[in-house]
Amino acid sequence: MADPVDMRAGLMAVKAAKAETVGTITLDSYTRCNDDEGVRRALAGHGRLNGYPIVVHSSSVTSAVVESVRDASFVLQVRHGSAVPQRIFEAMVRAGLDATEGGPVSYCLPYSRLPIAESVTNWARCCETLCRLGDADREPHLETFGGCMLGQLCPPSLLIAISVLESLFFRQYGLRSISLSYAQQANSVQDFEAITALRTLAAELLHDVDWHVVLYAYMGVYPSTVSGAMYLLDDAARLAVRSGAARLIVKTAVEAHRIPTVQENVAALEHAAVAAEDERHHDLLEPPPDTGILAEARALIDAVLELGPDLGRTLPVAVRRGLLDVPYCLHPDNPGRTRSYLDRDGRLYWSDTGALPLPRRIVPAASGRAGSAHFRNALDYVARTYDSAPPSGNGPRAAAVAVRPAHRAADGRKGTPS
Amino acid sequence: MQLLLEEHGYHVSNLGACVPLDKLVECCVRESPAVVVLSTVNGHGHLDGVQAVRRLREVPCLAPTPIAIGGKLGIQSVDHDEVRQLRAAGFDGVFTDSAADLNEFGVFLRSVAAGRPAERRPADGALGTGTPPGTAPALRGAGRRSETA
Repeated sequence: MADPVDMRAGLMAVKAAKAETVGTITLDSYTRCNDDEGVRRALAGHGRLNGYPIVVHSSSVTSAVVESVRDASFVLQVRHGSAVPQRIFEAMVRAGLDATEGGPVSYCLPYSRLPIAESVTNWARCCETLCRLGDADREPHLETFGGCMLGQLCPPSLLIAISVLESLFFRQYGLRSISLSYAQQANSVQDFEAITALRTLAAELLHDVDWHVVLYAYMGVYPSTVSGAMYLLDDAARLAVRSGAARLIVKTAVEAHRIPTVQENVAALEHAAVAAEDERHHDLLEPPPDTGILAEARALIDAVLELGPDLGRTLPVAVRRGLLDVPYCLHPDNPGRTRSYLDRDGRLYWSDTGALPLPRRIVPAASGRAGSAHFRNALDYVARTYDSAPPSGNGPRAAAVAVRPAHRAADGRKGTPS
Repeated sequence: MQLLLEEHGYHVSNLGACVPLDKLVECCVRESPAVVVLSTVNGHGHLDGVQAVRRLREVPCLAPTPIAIGGKLGIQSVDHDEVRQLRAAGFDGVFTDSAADLNEFGVFLRSVAAGRPAERRPADGALGTGTPPGTAPALRGAGRRSETA
Protein backbone atom coordinates (compact mmCIF):
# COMPACT_ATOMS: atom_id res chain seq x y z
CA MET A 1 0.00 0.00 0.00
CA ALA A 2 1.23 3.45 -0.87
CA ASP A 3 -0.51 5.64 1.66
CA PRO A 4 1.04 5.90 5.17
CA VAL A 5 -2.40 5.90 6.80
CA ASP A 6 -3.32 2.67 4.99
CA MET A 7 0.11 1.24 5.76
CA ARG A 8 -0.33 1.90 9.47
CA ALA A 9 -3.81 0.38 9.47
CA GLY A 10 -2.51 -2.69 7.67
CA LEU A 11 0.34 -3.12 10.12
CA MET A 12 -2.00 -2.73 13.09
CA ALA A 13 -4.26 -5.43 11.67
CA VAL A 14 -1.32 -7.78 11.15
CA LYS A 15 -0.13 -7.05 14.69
CA ALA A 16 -3.57 -7.91 16.07
CA ALA A 17 -3.88 -11.13 14.07
CA LYS A 18 -4.33 -14.38 15.99
CA ALA A 19 -0.83 -15.49 15.09
CA GLU A 20 2.77 -14.64 15.88
CA THR A 21 3.39 -12.06 13.18
CA VAL A 22 6.04 -9.80 11.70
CA GLY A 23 4.94 -6.57 10.04
CA THR A 24 6.14 -6.02 6.50
CA ILE A 25 6.46 -2.79 4.56
CA THR A 26 6.64 -3.78 0.90
CA LEU A 27 8.03 -1.23 -1.52
CA ASP A 28 6.55 -0.39 -4.91
CA SER A 29 8.25 -1.21 -8.20
CA TYR A 30 9.13 2.40 -9.09
CA THR A 31 10.97 2.82 -5.80
CA ARG A 32 12.82 -0.44 -6.47
CA CYS A 33 13.96 1.00 -9.81
CA ASN A 34 14.84 4.42 -8.36
CA ASP A 35 12.13 5.99 -10.54
CA ASP A 36 10.97 8.87 -8.33
CA GLU A 37 9.09 10.37 -11.27
CA GLY A 38 7.10 7.15 -11.65
CA VAL A 39 6.23 7.31 -7.95
CA ARG A 40 5.13 10.92 -8.17
CA ARG A 41 2.99 10.28 -11.25
CA ALA A 42 1.23 7.43 -9.51
CA LEU A 43 0.76 9.39 -6.28
CA ALA A 44 -0.66 12.28 -8.31
CA GLY A 45 -3.52 9.97 -9.12
CA HIS A 46 -2.52 8.59 -12.46
CA GLY A 47 -2.49 4.95 -11.39
CA ARG A 48 -2.20 2.70 -8.38
CA LEU A 49 1.15 1.91 -6.82
CA ASN A 50 1.90 -1.70 -5.94
CA GLY A 51 3.69 -0.80 -2.71
CA TYR A 52 5.06 1.81 -0.31
CA PRO A 53 7.31 4.53 -1.75
CA ILE A 54 9.69 4.83 1.18
CA VAL A 55 12.18 7.08 -0.63
CA VAL A 56 9.66 9.69 -1.79
CA HIS A 57 7.70 9.77 1.49
CA SER A 58 9.53 11.82 4.10
CA SER A 59 11.37 9.95 6.82
CA SER A 60 9.24 11.67 9.47
CA VAL A 61 6.08 10.30 7.86
CA THR A 62 7.47 6.78 7.72
CA SER A 63 8.98 6.87 11.20
CA ALA A 64 5.61 8.04 12.56
CA VAL A 65 4.07 4.89 11.06
CA VAL A 66 6.89 2.76 12.48
CA GLU A 67 6.78 4.26 15.97
CA SER A 68 3.03 3.87 16.19
CA VAL A 69 3.04 0.10 15.62
CA ARG A 70 6.43 -1.35 16.51
CA ASP A 71 7.18 -2.73 19.96
CA ALA A 72 9.03 -5.57 21.63
CA SER A 73 6.41 -8.05 20.41
CA PHE A 74 6.08 -6.79 16.85
CA VAL A 75 9.05 -6.22 14.58
CA LEU A 76 8.98 -4.68 11.12
CA GLN A 77 10.77 -5.68 7.94
CA VAL A 78 11.08 -3.82 4.66
CA ARG A 79 10.54 -6.04 1.61
CA HIS A 80 11.59 -5.00 -1.90
CA GLY A 81 13.55 -6.24 -4.90
CA SER A 82 16.21 -3.80 -5.95
CA ALA A 83 19.71 -4.22 -7.37
CA VAL A 84 20.42 -0.54 -6.67
CA PRO A 85 18.99 -0.23 -3.16
CA GLN A 86 21.22 2.39 -1.57
CA ARG A 87 18.50 5.05 -1.33
CA ILE A 88 16.09 2.45 0.02
CA PHE A 89 18.52 1.47 2.76
CA GLU A 90 19.22 5.08 3.63
CA ALA A 91 15.50 5.89 3.78
CA MET A 92 14.93 2.81 5.93
CA VAL A 93 17.61 3.73 8.43
CA ARG A 94 16.43 7.36 8.61
CA ALA A 95 12.92 6.12 9.38
CA GLY A 96 14.17 3.91 12.20
CA LEU A 97 13.82 0.57 10.42
CA ASP A 98 16.46 -2.12 10.80
CA ALA A 99 15.44 -5.27 8.96
CA THR A 100 15.16 -5.99 5.27
CA GLU A 101 15.94 -8.65 2.67
CA GLY A 102 17.55 -9.37 -0.66
CA GLY A 103 21.06 -10.04 -1.80
CA PRO A 104 23.52 -9.17 -4.55
CA VAL A 105 22.59 -12.18 -6.70
CA SER A 106 18.93 -12.73 -5.87
CA TYR A 107 17.89 -9.11 -6.34
CA CYS A 108 19.91 -8.76 -9.51
CA LEU A 109 19.40 -11.78 -11.75
CA PRO A 110 15.59 -11.98 -11.56
CA TYR A 111 14.75 -8.29 -11.28
CA SER A 112 17.10 -6.17 -13.32
CA ARG A 113 19.55 -5.87 -16.19
CA LEU A 114 22.25 -4.40 -13.99
CA PRO A 115 25.63 -6.15 -14.30
CA ILE A 116 26.10 -8.49 -11.35
CA ALA A 117 29.38 -6.82 -10.42
CA GLU A 118 27.54 -3.52 -9.90
CA SER A 119 24.84 -5.19 -7.83
CA VAL A 120 27.53 -6.69 -5.61
CA THR A 121 29.11 -3.27 -5.06
CA ASN A 122 25.71 -1.76 -4.26
CA TRP A 123 24.82 -4.46 -1.78
CA ALA A 124 28.19 -4.19 -0.04
CA ARG A 125 27.48 -0.50 0.49
CA CYS A 126 24.00 -1.25 1.76
CA CYS A 127 25.34 -3.72 4.31
CA GLU A 128 27.69 -1.00 5.52
CA THR A 129 24.76 1.44 5.80
CA LEU A 130 22.79 -1.05 7.86
CA CYS A 131 25.74 -1.81 10.10
CA ARG A 132 25.96 1.87 11.09
CA LEU A 133 22.85 1.07 13.15
CA GLY A 134 25.23 -0.65 15.53
CA ASP A 135 26.32 2.84 16.63
CA ALA A 136 22.78 3.44 17.85
CA ASP A 137 22.74 0.13 19.69
CA ARG A 138 20.39 -1.46 17.20
CA GLU A 139 21.00 -4.86 15.62
CA PRO A 140 20.36 -4.83 11.88
CA HIS A 141 18.90 -7.91 10.18
CA LEU A 142 19.15 -9.12 6.60
CA GLU A 143 17.27 -11.97 4.98
CA THR A 144 18.59 -13.63 1.82
CA PHE A 145 16.28 -13.88 -1.16
CA GLY A 146 18.54 -16.50 -2.74
CA GLY A 147 16.25 -19.34 -1.72
CA CYS A 148 13.64 -18.04 -4.15
CA MET A 149 15.32 -16.61 -7.29
CA LEU A 150 12.70 -16.86 -10.08
CA GLY A 151 10.18 -18.53 -7.78
CA GLN A 152 9.99 -21.87 -9.52
CA LEU A 153 11.82 -24.45 -11.64
CA CYS A 154 15.20 -24.03 -9.91
CA PRO A 155 16.52 -27.26 -8.39
CA PRO A 156 16.85 -26.93 -4.60
CA SER A 157 20.62 -27.36 -4.42
CA LEU A 158 21.17 -24.10 -6.33
CA LEU A 159 18.62 -22.20 -4.24
CA ILE A 160 20.34 -23.42 -1.09
CA ALA A 161 23.76 -22.49 -2.45
CA ILE A 162 22.74 -18.94 -3.39
CA SER A 163 20.93 -18.46 -0.08
CA VAL A 164 24.00 -19.61 1.86
CA LEU A 165 26.45 -17.59 -0.28
CA GLU A 166 24.38 -14.44 0.21
CA SER A 167 24.29 -15.04 3.96
CA LEU A 168 28.08 -15.34 3.90
CA PHE A 169 28.25 -12.12 1.88
CA PHE A 170 26.13 -10.33 4.50
CA ARG A 171 28.36 -11.74 7.24
CA GLN A 172 31.51 -10.62 5.40
CA TYR A 173 30.09 -7.09 5.35
CA GLY A 174 29.34 -7.02 9.06
CA LEU A 175 25.87 -8.49 9.62
CA ARG A 176 25.44 -10.86 12.58
CA SER A 177 21.67 -11.36 12.46
CA ILE A 178 20.71 -13.11 9.23
CA SER A 179 17.89 -15.27 7.91
CA LEU A 180 18.20 -17.65 4.99
CA SER A 181 15.28 -18.09 2.67
CA TYR A 182 14.00 -21.16 0.89
CA ALA A 183 10.90 -21.12 -1.27
CA GLN A 184 8.36 -23.96 -1.17
CA GLN A 185 8.52 -25.94 -4.43
CA ALA A 186 6.33 -28.67 -5.87
CA ASN A 187 7.23 -31.67 -3.70
CA SER A 188 7.11 -31.41 0.09
CA VAL A 189 9.45 -34.36 0.75
CA GLN A 190 12.09 -32.83 -1.51
CA ASP A 191 11.54 -29.45 0.21
CA PHE A 192 11.91 -31.08 3.65
CA GLU A 193 15.26 -32.53 2.55
CA ALA A 194 16.29 -29.15 1.09
CA ILE A 195 15.53 -27.15 4.23
CA THR A 196 17.30 -29.76 6.33
CA ALA A 197 20.35 -29.34 4.08
CA LEU A 198 20.11 -25.55 4.31
CA ARG A 199 20.08 -25.69 8.10
CA THR A 200 23.02 -28.08 8.16
CA LEU A 201 25.09 -25.73 6.02
CA ALA A 202 24.06 -22.64 7.99
CA ALA A 203 25.07 -24.30 11.25
CA GLU A 204 28.48 -25.15 9.80
CA LEU A 205 29.22 -21.82 8.14
CA LEU A 206 27.45 -19.21 10.28
CA HIS A 207 28.47 -20.25 13.78
CA ASP A 208 29.02 -16.65 14.96
CA VAL A 209 25.74 -15.44 13.51
CA ASP A 210 22.21 -15.40 14.95
CA TRP A 211 20.51 -17.11 12.02
CA HIS A 212 17.22 -18.77 11.16
CA VAL A 213 15.54 -20.18 8.08
CA VAL A 214 12.52 -18.46 6.55
CA LEU A 215 10.22 -20.41 4.25
CA TYR A 216 8.33 -18.62 1.49
CA ALA A 217 4.95 -20.05 0.55
CA TYR A 218 5.08 -21.01 -3.11
CA MET A 219 6.34 -18.16 -5.25
CA GLY A 220 5.38 -19.48 -8.69
CA VAL A 221 2.11 -19.58 -10.63
CA TYR A 222 -0.50 -19.81 -7.89
CA PRO A 223 -3.70 -21.90 -7.63
CA SER A 224 -6.63 -19.89 -8.92
CA THR A 225 -9.23 -21.33 -6.52
CA VAL A 226 -9.58 -20.33 -2.88
CA SER A 227 -9.46 -23.95 -1.73
CA GLY A 228 -6.34 -24.64 -3.82
CA ALA A 229 -4.62 -21.54 -2.47
CA MET A 230 -5.43 -22.32 1.15
CA TYR A 231 -4.41 -25.97 0.78
CA LEU A 232 -1.03 -24.86 -0.61
CA LEU A 233 -0.58 -22.42 2.28
CA ASP A 234 -1.52 -25.19 4.70
CA ASP A 235 1.23 -27.37 3.26
CA ALA A 236 3.69 -24.49 3.53
CA ALA A 237 2.92 -24.01 7.22
CA ARG A 238 3.26 -27.73 7.91
CA LEU A 239 6.53 -27.89 5.98
CA ALA A 240 7.89 -24.98 8.03
CA VAL A 241 7.13 -26.75 11.31
CA ARG A 242 8.37 -30.13 10.11
CA SER A 243 11.65 -28.81 8.75
CA GLY A 244 12.56 -26.35 11.50
CA ALA A 245 12.06 -23.15 9.54
CA ALA A 246 11.46 -20.43 12.13
CA ARG A 247 9.42 -18.05 10.01
CA LEU A 248 6.96 -18.31 7.13
CA ILE A 249 6.00 -15.73 4.49
CA VAL A 250 2.38 -16.44 3.59
CA LYS A 251 0.40 -15.99 0.41
CA THR A 252 -3.31 -15.23 0.36
CA ALA A 253 -6.35 -16.82 -1.25
CA VAL A 254 -6.32 -14.21 -4.02
CA GLU A 255 -2.65 -14.41 -4.93
CA ALA A 256 -3.41 -15.54 -8.48
CA HIS A 257 -5.72 -12.62 -9.15
CA ARG A 258 -4.79 -9.42 -7.40
CA ILE A 259 -3.12 -7.65 -4.53
CA PRO A 260 -4.94 -8.74 -1.35
CA THR A 261 -6.89 -6.65 1.11
CA VAL A 262 -5.70 -6.30 4.68
CA GLN A 263 -8.41 -8.75 5.79
CA GLU A 264 -7.22 -11.32 3.27
CA ASN A 265 -3.65 -10.95 4.52
CA VAL A 266 -4.79 -11.45 8.12
CA ALA A 267 -6.90 -14.47 7.15
CA ALA A 268 -3.87 -16.07 5.51
CA LEU A 269 -1.68 -15.44 8.57
CA GLU A 270 -4.30 -16.96 10.86
CA HIS A 271 -4.92 -19.91 8.57
CA ALA A 272 -1.21 -20.67 8.51
CA ALA A 273 -1.03 -20.38 12.30
CA VAL A 274 -3.81 -22.94 12.73
CA ALA A 275 -2.12 -25.38 10.37
CA ALA A 276 1.26 -24.88 12.05
CA GLU A 277 -0.19 -25.41 15.49
CA ASP A 278 -1.86 -28.61 14.35
CA GLU A 279 1.38 -29.86 12.78
CA ARG A 280 3.20 -29.31 16.08
CA HIS A 281 0.92 -31.87 17.69
CA HIS A 282 1.87 -34.51 15.17
CA ASP A 283 4.69 -36.87 15.94
CA LEU A 284 8.09 -35.76 14.73
CA LEU A 285 8.68 -37.15 11.27
CA GLU A 286 11.66 -39.25 10.30
CA PRO A 287 14.35 -37.17 8.61
CA PRO A 288 13.69 -37.15 4.87
CA PRO A 289 15.62 -39.55 2.60
CA ASP A 290 18.95 -38.14 1.44
CA THR A 291 18.72 -37.89 -2.34
CA GLY A 292 21.94 -35.88 -2.59
CA ILE A 293 20.69 -32.30 -2.25
CA LEU A 294 23.11 -31.51 0.60
CA ALA A 295 26.08 -32.88 -1.34
CA GLU A 296 25.11 -30.90 -4.45
CA ALA A 297 24.61 -27.67 -2.53
CA ARG A 298 27.94 -28.16 -0.78
CA ALA A 299 29.70 -28.69 -4.13
CA LEU A 300 28.17 -25.48 -5.53
CA ILE A 301 29.10 -23.45 -2.44
CA ASP A 302 32.62 -24.87 -2.20
CA ALA A 303 33.33 -24.08 -5.86
CA VAL A 304 32.61 -20.40 -5.17
CA LEU A 305 34.47 -20.28 -1.85
CA GLU A 306 37.49 -21.86 -3.53
CA LEU A 307 37.72 -18.82 -5.82
CA GLY A 308 38.88 -16.73 -2.87
CA PRO A 309 37.93 -15.22 0.49
CA ASP A 310 36.22 -12.09 -0.83
CA LEU A 311 32.67 -12.80 -2.01
CA GLY A 312 32.48 -9.26 -3.31
CA ARG A 313 35.00 -10.33 -5.93
CA THR A 314 34.13 -14.00 -6.36
CA LEU A 315 30.34 -13.88 -6.77
CA PRO A 316 30.49 -12.09 -10.16
CA VAL A 317 33.29 -14.43 -11.24
CA ALA A 318 31.20 -17.46 -10.27
CA VAL A 319 28.22 -16.23 -12.28
CA ARG A 320 30.40 -15.41 -15.30
CA ARG A 321 31.95 -18.89 -15.24
CA GLY A 322 28.59 -20.62 -14.92
CA LEU A 323 29.36 -21.98 -11.44
CA LEU A 324 26.03 -20.37 -10.59
CA ASP A 325 23.54 -20.52 -13.48
CA VAL A 326 19.82 -20.14 -12.85
CA PRO A 327 17.57 -22.12 -15.23
CA TYR A 328 15.40 -19.93 -17.48
CA CYS A 329 16.78 -16.69 -16.06
CA LEU A 330 17.03 -14.05 -18.79
CA HIS A 331 19.52 -11.70 -17.12
CA PRO A 332 22.36 -10.86 -19.55
CA ASP A 333 25.00 -12.08 -17.03
CA ASN A 334 23.25 -15.39 -16.30
CA PRO A 335 24.92 -17.94 -18.59
CA GLY A 336 21.61 -19.66 -19.34
CA ARG A 337 22.98 -23.13 -20.01
CA THR A 338 21.23 -24.98 -17.21
CA ARG A 339 17.81 -26.57 -17.53
CA SER A 340 15.50 -28.30 -15.08
CA TYR A 341 12.38 -30.43 -15.16
CA LEU A 342 9.63 -31.62 -12.83
CA ASP A 343 8.85 -35.28 -12.57
CA ARG A 344 5.33 -36.66 -12.10
CA ASP A 345 5.48 -36.02 -8.36
CA GLY A 346 6.71 -32.47 -8.67
CA ARG A 347 10.32 -33.24 -7.78
CA LEU A 348 12.80 -30.91 -9.44
CA TYR A 349 15.79 -32.31 -11.30
CA TRP A 350 18.57 -30.97 -13.49
CA SER A 351 18.12 -31.87 -17.13
CA ASP A 352 21.23 -29.89 -18.10
CA THR A 353 23.85 -28.89 -15.53
CA GLY A 354 25.69 -26.56 -17.91
CA ALA A 355 29.01 -25.55 -16.33
CA LEU A 356 27.87 -26.24 -12.76
CA PRO A 357 30.50 -28.16 -10.77
CA LEU A 358 28.21 -31.20 -10.54
CA PRO A 359 28.34 -34.57 -12.29
CA ARG A 360 27.50 -33.62 -15.86
CA ARG A 361 23.92 -34.36 -16.72
CA ILE A 362 21.97 -33.83 -19.87
CA VAL A 363 18.63 -35.55 -20.13
CA PRO A 364 17.47 -35.05 -23.70
CA ALA A 365 13.99 -36.46 -23.23
CA ALA A 366 13.36 -34.19 -20.27
CA SER A 367 15.19 -31.23 -21.73
CA GLY A 368 13.74 -27.84 -21.05
CA ARG A 369 14.26 -27.14 -24.72
CA ALA A 370 10.93 -28.85 -25.31
CA GLY A 371 8.08 -26.63 -26.44
CA SER A 372 6.09 -23.91 -24.78
CA ALA A 373 3.20 -26.22 -23.88
CA HIS A 374 5.48 -28.59 -21.99
CA PHE A 375 7.14 -25.65 -20.25
CA ARG A 376 3.77 -24.17 -19.32
CA ASN A 377 2.77 -27.51 -17.83
CA ALA A 378 5.76 -27.34 -15.55
CA LEU A 379 4.98 -23.73 -14.65
CA ASP A 380 1.34 -24.60 -13.92
CA TYR A 381 2.00 -27.90 -12.11
CA VAL A 382 1.46 -26.62 -8.57
CA ALA A 383 -1.60 -24.54 -9.45
CA ARG A 384 -3.20 -27.45 -11.31
CA THR A 385 -2.40 -29.96 -8.59
CA TYR A 386 -3.77 -27.89 -5.76
CA ASP A 387 -6.78 -26.56 -7.66
CA SER A 388 -7.87 -30.10 -8.44
CA ALA A 389 -7.05 -31.68 -5.08
CA PRO A 390 -9.85 -32.85 -2.82
CA PRO A 391 -9.70 -31.53 0.76
CA SER A 392 -7.01 -33.47 2.64
CA GLY A 393 -7.47 -35.35 5.89
CA ASN A 394 -4.32 -33.73 7.17
CA GLY A 395 -5.78 -31.71 9.97
CA PRO A 396 -8.55 -29.26 10.76
CA ARG A 397 -9.57 -27.20 7.79
CA ALA A 398 -9.75 -23.51 8.57
CA ALA A 399 -13.08 -21.79 8.07
CA ALA A 400 -13.72 -20.76 4.49
CA VAL A 401 -11.98 -17.54 3.67
CA ALA A 402 -14.42 -14.79 2.77
CA VAL A 403 -12.92 -13.27 -0.34
CA ARG A 404 -14.04 -9.68 -0.71
CA PRO A 405 -14.38 -7.90 -3.99
CA ALA A 406 -11.33 -5.87 -4.85
CA HIS A 407 -11.30 -2.38 -3.37
CA ARG A 408 -10.39 0.38 -5.81
CA ALA A 409 -8.03 2.10 -3.38
CA ALA A 410 -4.49 0.78 -3.23
CA ASP A 411 -4.44 -2.05 -0.76
CA GLY A 412 -1.53 -3.61 1.00
CA ARG A 413 0.76 -6.11 -0.52
CA LYS A 414 3.99 -7.77 -1.07
CA GLY A 415 5.36 -6.50 -4.34
CA THR A 416 6.56 -8.25 -7.46
CA PRO A 417 9.27 -6.94 -9.73
CA SER A 418 8.91 -4.60 -12.68
CA MET B 1 6.87 -16.19 -24.43
CA GLN B 2 10.05 -16.81 -26.37
CA LEU B 3 9.21 -20.48 -26.87
CA LEU B 4 5.67 -19.61 -27.91
CA LEU B 5 6.79 -16.97 -30.39
CA GLU B 6 9.40 -19.32 -31.86
CA GLU B 7 6.69 -21.92 -32.38
CA HIS B 8 4.79 -19.30 -34.34
CA GLY B 9 7.78 -18.98 -36.62
CA TYR B 10 9.45 -15.89 -35.23
CA HIS B 11 13.10 -15.34 -34.50
CA VAL B 12 13.00 -13.79 -31.05
CA SER B 13 15.10 -11.02 -29.57
CA ASN B 14 14.44 -11.52 -25.86
CA LEU B 15 15.42 -8.42 -23.91
CA GLY B 16 14.52 -9.99 -20.56
CA ALA B 17 13.14 -8.25 -17.51
CA CYS B 18 13.04 -4.60 -16.51
CA VAL B 19 14.05 -3.18 -19.88
CA PRO B 20 14.64 0.58 -19.82
CA LEU B 21 12.45 2.34 -22.35
CA ASP B 22 15.45 3.85 -24.16
CA LYS B 23 16.92 0.42 -24.67
CA LEU B 24 13.63 -0.96 -25.97
CA VAL B 25 13.30 1.88 -28.47
CA GLU B 26 16.93 1.53 -29.53
CA CYS B 27 16.53 -2.22 -30.13
CA CYS B 28 13.32 -1.75 -32.09
CA VAL B 29 14.87 0.92 -34.30
CA ARG B 30 17.89 -1.29 -34.94
CA GLU B 31 16.04 -4.57 -35.55
CA SER B 32 12.79 -3.51 -37.28
CA PRO B 33 10.72 -6.18 -35.59
CA ALA B 34 7.64 -7.71 -37.15
CA VAL B 35 5.93 -7.58 -33.78
CA VAL B 36 6.75 -6.24 -30.32
CA VAL B 37 5.46 -8.07 -27.23
CA LEU B 38 5.56 -6.71 -23.69
CA SER B 39 4.97 -9.05 -20.77
CA THR B 40 3.98 -7.65 -17.38
CA VAL B 41 3.40 -9.24 -13.95
CA ASN B 42 3.82 -6.60 -11.26
CA GLY B 43 0.58 -4.68 -11.61
CA HIS B 44 2.19 -1.57 -13.12
CA GLY B 45 1.75 -2.67 -16.71
CA HIS B 46 -1.26 -0.41 -17.18
CA LEU B 47 0.99 2.55 -16.32
CA ASP B 48 4.32 1.51 -17.81
CA GLY B 49 2.70 0.06 -20.92
CA VAL B 50 1.07 3.36 -21.82
CA GLN B 51 4.43 5.14 -21.52
CA ALA B 52 6.18 2.48 -23.54
CA VAL B 53 3.77 2.29 -26.46
CA ARG B 54 3.49 6.06 -26.79
CA ARG B 55 7.31 6.28 -27.03
CA LEU B 56 7.42 3.46 -29.54
CA ARG B 57 4.70 5.03 -31.71
CA GLU B 58 6.68 8.28 -31.88
CA VAL B 59 9.33 6.46 -33.87
CA PRO B 60 8.20 6.70 -37.52
CA CYS B 61 9.25 3.19 -38.55
CA LEU B 62 7.41 1.74 -35.54
CA ALA B 63 4.11 3.53 -36.11
CA PRO B 64 2.62 0.61 -38.07
CA THR B 65 4.30 -2.21 -36.09
CA PRO B 66 1.93 -4.54 -34.23
CA ILE B 67 2.58 -4.11 -30.51
CA ALA B 68 0.98 -6.24 -27.82
CA ILE B 69 1.00 -6.31 -24.03
CA GLY B 70 -0.11 -9.13 -21.77
CA GLY B 71 -0.07 -10.41 -18.22
CA LYS B 72 -1.25 -9.02 -14.90
CA LEU B 73 -2.02 -5.54 -16.16
CA GLY B 74 -3.02 -3.94 -12.87
CA ILE B 75 -3.02 -4.64 -9.16
CA GLN B 76 -6.67 -5.75 -9.20
CA SER B 77 -8.53 -8.28 -11.29
CA VAL B 78 -9.20 -7.44 -14.93
CA ASP B 79 -10.01 -3.76 -15.18
CA HIS B 80 -11.68 -2.80 -18.44
CA ASP B 81 -10.68 0.85 -18.04
CA GLU B 82 -7.06 -0.22 -17.98
CA VAL B 83 -7.52 -2.35 -21.10
CA ARG B 84 -9.21 0.57 -22.89
CA GLN B 85 -6.44 2.97 -21.86
CA LEU B 86 -3.79 0.60 -23.16
CA ARG B 87 -5.56 0.21 -26.50
CA ALA B 88 -6.15 3.95 -26.74
CA ALA B 89 -2.46 4.57 -26.08
CA GLY B 90 -1.54 2.49 -29.12
CA PHE B 91 -1.48 -1.24 -28.36
CA ASP B 92 -2.89 -3.50 -31.04
CA GLY B 93 -3.37 -6.37 -28.61
CA VAL B 94 -4.05 -6.27 -24.86
CA PHE B 95 -4.23 -9.63 -23.06
CA THR B 96 -4.74 -10.76 -19.48
CA ASP B 97 -2.93 -13.82 -18.13
CA SER B 98 -5.92 -16.13 -18.52
CA ALA B 99 -5.68 -19.29 -20.61
CA ALA B 100 -8.40 -17.89 -22.88
CA ASP B 101 -6.39 -14.74 -23.54
CA LEU B 102 -3.28 -16.79 -24.25
CA ASN B 103 -5.28 -18.48 -27.01
CA GLU B 104 -6.38 -15.05 -28.24
CA PHE B 105 -2.72 -14.04 -28.30
CA GLY B 106 -2.07 -16.98 -30.60
CA VAL B 107 -4.85 -15.75 -32.88
CA PHE B 108 -3.26 -12.28 -32.80
CA LEU B 109 0.14 -13.69 -33.77
CA ARG B 110 -1.35 -15.68 -36.62
CA SER B 111 -3.15 -12.63 -37.95
CA VAL B 112 0.09 -10.65 -37.82
CA ALA B 113 1.91 -13.43 -39.66
CA ALA B 114 -0.84 -13.57 -42.29
CA GLY B 115 -0.36 -9.87 -42.91
CA ARG B 116 -3.88 -8.98 -41.82
CA PRO B 117 -4.24 -5.38 -40.64
CA ALA B 118 -3.89 -4.89 -36.90
CA GLU B 119 -7.10 -4.31 -34.94
CA ARG B 120 -6.04 -1.01 -33.56
CA ARG B 121 -8.28 1.54 -31.99
CA PRO B 122 -7.63 5.11 -33.17
CA ALA B 123 -5.33 7.01 -30.87
CA ASP B 124 -8.01 9.41 -29.72
CA GLY B 125 -9.60 6.62 -27.73
CA ALA B 126 -12.79 6.14 -29.71
CA LEU B 127 -13.70 2.52 -30.30
CA GLY B 128 -13.36 1.23 -33.80
CA THR B 129 -12.61 -1.90 -35.71
CA GLY B 130 -10.18 -2.72 -38.45
CA THR B 131 -7.62 -0.35 -39.83
CA PRO B 132 -8.27 3.28 -39.01
CA PRO B 133 -8.81 5.26 -42.21
CA GLY B 134 -5.71 6.97 -43.48
CA THR B 135 -3.21 4.48 -42.04
CA ALA B 136 -1.75 1.58 -43.94
CA PRO B 137 0.02 -0.73 -41.58
CA ALA B 138 2.95 -2.22 -43.47
CA LEU B 139 3.14 -5.55 -41.71
CA ARG B 140 6.23 -7.58 -42.20
CA GLY B 141 5.76 -11.27 -42.82
CA ALA B 142 6.41 -14.15 -40.47
CA GLY B 143 10.00 -15.18 -40.11
CA ARG B 144 11.21 -11.68 -39.41
CA ARG B 145 12.39 -10.84 -35.97
CA SER B 146 10.14 -9.96 -33.10
CA GLU B 147 11.05 -8.65 -29.67
CA THR B 148 9.97 -9.70 -26.25
CA ALA B 149 10.58 -7.36 -23.35
